Amino acid sequence: MATSNAPHSLFDSAIVRGAVLASLAKLNPREQVRNPVMFVVFVVSMLATVLWVQAIVSTGEAPARFIGWVALWLWFTVFFANFAEAMAEGRGKAQAASLRKARRDVKARKLSAPSRQAPSTMIDGAALRKGDLVLVDAGEVIPGDGEIIEGVASVNESAITGESAPVIREAGGDRSAVTGGTTVLSDWLIVRIAADPGQTFLDRMIALVEGAKRQKTPNEIALDILLAKLSIIFLLACVTLLPYSIYAVAQAKAADPASGAAPVTVTVLVALLVCLIPTTIGGLLSAIRIAGMDRLVQANVIATSGRAVEAAGDVDVLLLDKTGTITLGNRQAAAFLPVDGATLEELADAAQLASLADETPEGRSIVVLAKKHGLRERHIHELGATFSPFSAQTRMSGVSVNGREIRKGAADAIDAYVARMGGRPSEQARTIVNEVSRRGSTPLVVADGKGRTLGVVELKDVVKGGIAERFAEMRRMGIKTVMITGDNPITAAAIAAEAGVDDFLAQATPENKLDLIRKYQLGGRLVAMTGDGTNDAPALAQADVAVAMNTGTQAAKEAGNMVDLDSNPTKLIEVVRIGKQLLMTRGSLTTFSIANDVAKYFAIIPVAFAATYPQLDALNIMRLNPATGILSAVIFNALIIVALIPLALRGVKYKPVEASVLLRNNLLIYGVGGLIVPFIGIKIIDLLLNAF
Amino acid sequence: MNLYGIFQLIVYLAVLVAFVKPLGWYMARVYRAQPCGLDRLLAPAERAIYRLCGIEPGEMMGWKVYAASLLIFSAVGLLAVYGLQRVQAILPLNPAALAAVTPDSSFNTAISFVSNTNWQGYGGETTMSYLSQMLGLGVQNFVSAATGMAVLVALVRGLAGSGTKAIGNFWVDLTRSTLYILLPLSIVLALVLVSQGVVQSFRPYQTVALMQPVSVEQAGKEGEPSTRIVSQVLPLGPAASQIAIKQLGTNGGGFFNVNSAHPFENPTPLSNFLQVLAILLIPAALCWTFGEMVHDRRQGWAVLAAMLVIFVPLLAATYWFEAAGTSVLAGPNMEGKETRFGIANSALWATATTAASNGSVNSMHDSYTPLGGLIPMWLMQIGEVVFGGVGSGLYGMLMFVIVAVFVAGLMVGRTPEYLGKKIEPFEMKMAAIAVLIPCGLVLLGTAAAVLLPQGSSGTSNPGPHGFSQILYAFSSASNNNGSAFAGLSANTPFYNFSLGVCMFLARFWLIVPVLAIAGSLAAKKPVPTTSGTLPTHTPVFVAMLVCVVIIVGALTFVPALALGPVAEQLLLHSH
Repeated sequence: MATSNAPHSLFDSAIVRGAVLASLAKLNPREQVRNPVMFVVFVVSMLATVLWVQAIVSTGEAPARFIGWVALWLWFTVFFANFAEAMAEGRGKAQAASLRKARRDVKARKLSAPSRQAPSTMIDGAALRKGDLVLVDAGEVIPGDGEIIEGVASVNESAITGESAPVIREAGGDRSAVTGGTTVLSDWLIVRIAADPGQTFLDRMIALVEGAKRQKTPNEIALDILLAKLSIIFLLACVTLLPYSIYAVAQAKAADPASGAAPVTVTVLVALLVCLIPTTIGGLLSAIRIAGMDRLVQANVIATSGRAVEAAGDVDVLLLDKTGTITLGNRQAAAFLPVDGATLEELADAAQLASLADETPEGRSIVVLAKKHGLRERHIHELGATFSPFSAQTRMSGVSVNGREIRKGAADAIDAYVARMGGRPSEQARTIVNEVSRRGSTPLVVADGKGRTLGVVELKDVVKGGIAERFAEMRRMGIKTVMITGDNPITAAAIAAEAGVDDFLAQATPENKLDLIRKYQLGGRLVAMTGDGTNDAPALAQADVAVAMNTGTQAAKEAGNMVDLDSNPTKLIEVVRIGKQLLMTRGSLTTFSIANDVAKYFAIIPVAFAATYPQLDALNIMRLNPATGILSAVIFNALIIVALIPLALRGVKYKPVEASVLLRNNLLIYGVGGLIVPFIGIKIIDLLLNAF
Repeated sequence: MNLYGIFQLIVYLAVLVAFVKPLGWYMARVYRAQPCGLDRLLAPAERAIYRLCGIEPGEMMGWKVYAASLLIFSAVGLLAVYGLQRVQAILPLNPAALAAVTPDSSFNTAISFVSNTNWQGYGGETTMSYLSQMLGLGVQNFVSAATGMAVLVALVRGLAGSGTKAIGNFWVDLTRSTLYILLPLSIVLALVLVSQGVVQSFRPYQTVALMQPVSVEQAGKEGEPSTRIVSQVLPLGPAASQIAIKQLGTNGGGFFNVNSAHPFENPTPLSNFLQVLAILLIPAALCWTFGEMVHDRRQGWAVLAAMLVIFVPLLAATYWFEAAGTSVLAGPNMEGKETRFGIANSALWATATTAASNGSVNSMHDSYTPLGGLIPMWLMQIGEVVFGGVGSGLYGMLMFVIVAVFVAGLMVGRTPEYLGKKIEPFEMKMAAIAVLIPCGLVLLGTAAAVLLPQGSSGTSNPGPHGFSQILYAFSSASNNNGSAFAGLSANTPFYNFSLGVCMFLARFWLIVPVLAIAGSLAAKKPVPTTSGTLPTHTPVFVAMLVCVVIIVGALTFVPALALGPVAEQLLLHSH
């Protein structure tokens, strides 16, 4: 797992210091106007300050001390909201800084032609454009993202992934992409640069964590509209309260000229307004967004946009490659099943011979299994054998030793081979092949050059431990899991049953994969998938959430909207969780913020109109001191923002349960909690204010 | 409160709920143009209307065309009702020889009836000729109700549709609502009411001798001989037909000034029961229609449940406050109530008429205890979404559902969706406008009235009660209820104009965003339901919806209510 992007402790002192300074800088009105709720607070804070100055230099509408305290805490409210945002940004910046270390100023050897011998010029790495060719030798840093067009080399990618073990990168195939900032350890590479300056992964990652891309997602815009609407309603409620109060005072004075009734002061109205508008969520909104992106980066995933992260929360179909995601990388030989009178030893011997030179994991596992049957490992060169490797045409591999030919391969390929050699395809083998397939294993048939079928090797897929539980979780979250495999339908069905996926696509090709995604999308579903190969690119481009493996090809990475630096296909599940958590944090804090208003009314209204209608004191159920009650509510309103910063940064807890259960739990915690907490908080603050 | 009263309220609720399914089922068939029984009788009439008006019933409209048709239709209605009042003196069917209605009152009344508000600044029997009542107000009682139902049906089609632009045909929805739903129900109800003694007559007002002549002291002239009154004028008119639709169409505009407290409008306990049942009948049944039309009846029940969860406690509270009276007034508060109805039936009517945007009264809300009067006022302020007007109540509630779904959806970690339709910035913007406009109109209208002498001089009581009268008037007009607190002299140019503007904006500025949402939702493809989808039929969601209605609708008015009824109650208490 990554080390470079490990989370910083929540209140790292350096980050806090930076955030304090940044929050002061954010007091710029142009900065504030982006957040409608906090802008209202900003404006009325200025108004309160003007009233305070007026109260000092001439006669104020209320004691200067009272106005001053209210104004001060209103400014604190603005400051705390800025601080929340600055904290989130600061944490992002700290990560960006560690990423930036990877982007040293490197020199690049630019080639004029795609050949090691071609004339080259040394230029600045930052000056490379898309399409430039560069040569990178052992010990050098790769100057930019690109695709290898020649060479094989081991590359240290720890700067990006945090994984220190070197990886092999080579031209052609699915391991041809390299990332700027990584180091070639051995050999050399010719790389075609794939990104203009400022567009590389590292740049994108830095931009993402720094929150430079401030584009709001549709969800955020909709929430902003809701918050703006609530702010307008409360603004109207508070503004109209002044005429109502003036009328009430006139009525009270008419009834009793000696009445001490006085209209509500602007300071009190301003305090009421700030307490009512949803400042808690308004102040934490951008922190939540930045922190959500931050969590994604901590999981070592880069997203091209915030929208992709939110879409991850909406995903209802997950396409997962079988190999590596659901099963352990490779199939293992599990049994030799001789047929047509061949003995177990005969079959084991033939299978071992045919696999000696086969360097695929399956081939090696056959040799290992043969060893368990008492067969020593032999060396192909000592036997004077010639190896015929697997090819797409024959779909078989094998050896020729001492004039004897042995072949192993898929059942139909071997059947064809046997027929060609003048033998008859074995009925018994066919039965066993079907049986093995039904078990979810892969049958490999072994035959010799005399047209004799010796038997079947059962290759077993090993389903990853705990994966079935994860899929059950997914199901509870309402996400359908679909296994994608090149296996035949029978094998696929057996593995699907064992792993507990909801559906599978057998004998998958890039085309039917794309069709499957389109089919789901037509039904209104949002599809997520992972991929690494160039042939995955069309499907990745079609999927709503497409996570490309960092080890994958450039084409795959460009088609996807996220890149997983760890190249771990199970990461998709993590991405979904992060997306959901981001939305849930927003929703929960909105609920909390609105529920808070009830208590604030009880704190402010009785005190505000005490002069006109002293009887309203009956509503002062918290028994607040009339002199400090309003200030207590304002202070609570400011402090709750700070108190919730950790929650905004960490995100609310997500448990993979049904939506109805989730709603009930969150309503209890943030709705009912939001009703109760301010009653307690305001009372405590009031007690403290009066204790001194 | 007594057991007999509580029993009556329970019977009322039981009968109401029992009608929900059959009537809801019938209306769903009407709007889907399926055979509904009455079509055999009325289909020729329907076809004739289309032919006569040149309507192509198969033509589907996008939301903009739908909205434009609706606005043009309402504008024509507005001009017609205004003009009719202004020239009623020279038109027939005016046996009481009533003069033309003043321009400001005509303006106010025209908007009032076209917007399904039926706020009445005038007294019926002393202002309107029989022709104005029937041709102007009576017609609007039908078509303004049908307009509200059409908008609802368009919104429901938007929710049920998939990737289409069409939300229906306004002219067809209007015609079918009137012809198949409002007319038959009104005819039945009017006949029953006539059997109970509600008048239906074209004869001129009758002068009759008093059985108990009364003597009246002339004010300010002490010592002079008092006047002896021996006869009285009994106003008549085609009342029963108008009263049936006034209740069924949540119009509420009375034929006579004191509305359903008048013995000619509402003579017996049975007529009272039927009328108060008619108030909530269609709004409640439309919930079922909605569930049926979106292919998920549970959704309809859930919305109805949310309405009942708000309605029942408030009904109980009104009954409780009125039965308890005040510390000044020992015993139940019978002031302003008819003895033939009593506390329970008056409280029921007051709650039902303000829950639905009906506004007819059988008792005077001005005379309620402060808190008993607070509840009807607050029911209007939360946006007329607890039952509400026919059609308009449910589409208003669905706007709150959108807000609730949005917050709840985020809380379960998904882009919010309702009935498979994603709620995105456009829907949010329109729902925000729909919720914001009535709130803003109440607050700003009241503020203008208390600041201006033309406004504050209209109150009949000093202190917080006077403030309540003004707040009540604007709450009523800005939510298209039409109920009056009485006490406020509202037939003045200031109130006629300001309340007229409130009624107009509250009705039409709300209909346009609602239709916009219908159009936008219709165009979306539904997202299939999974266990990750927020279920919107569960008790948890109903609770959430109730909280959103109360918090968004009510928190706005807490300060204003504190200065009105709450202060009044506490002042009374301290005496």
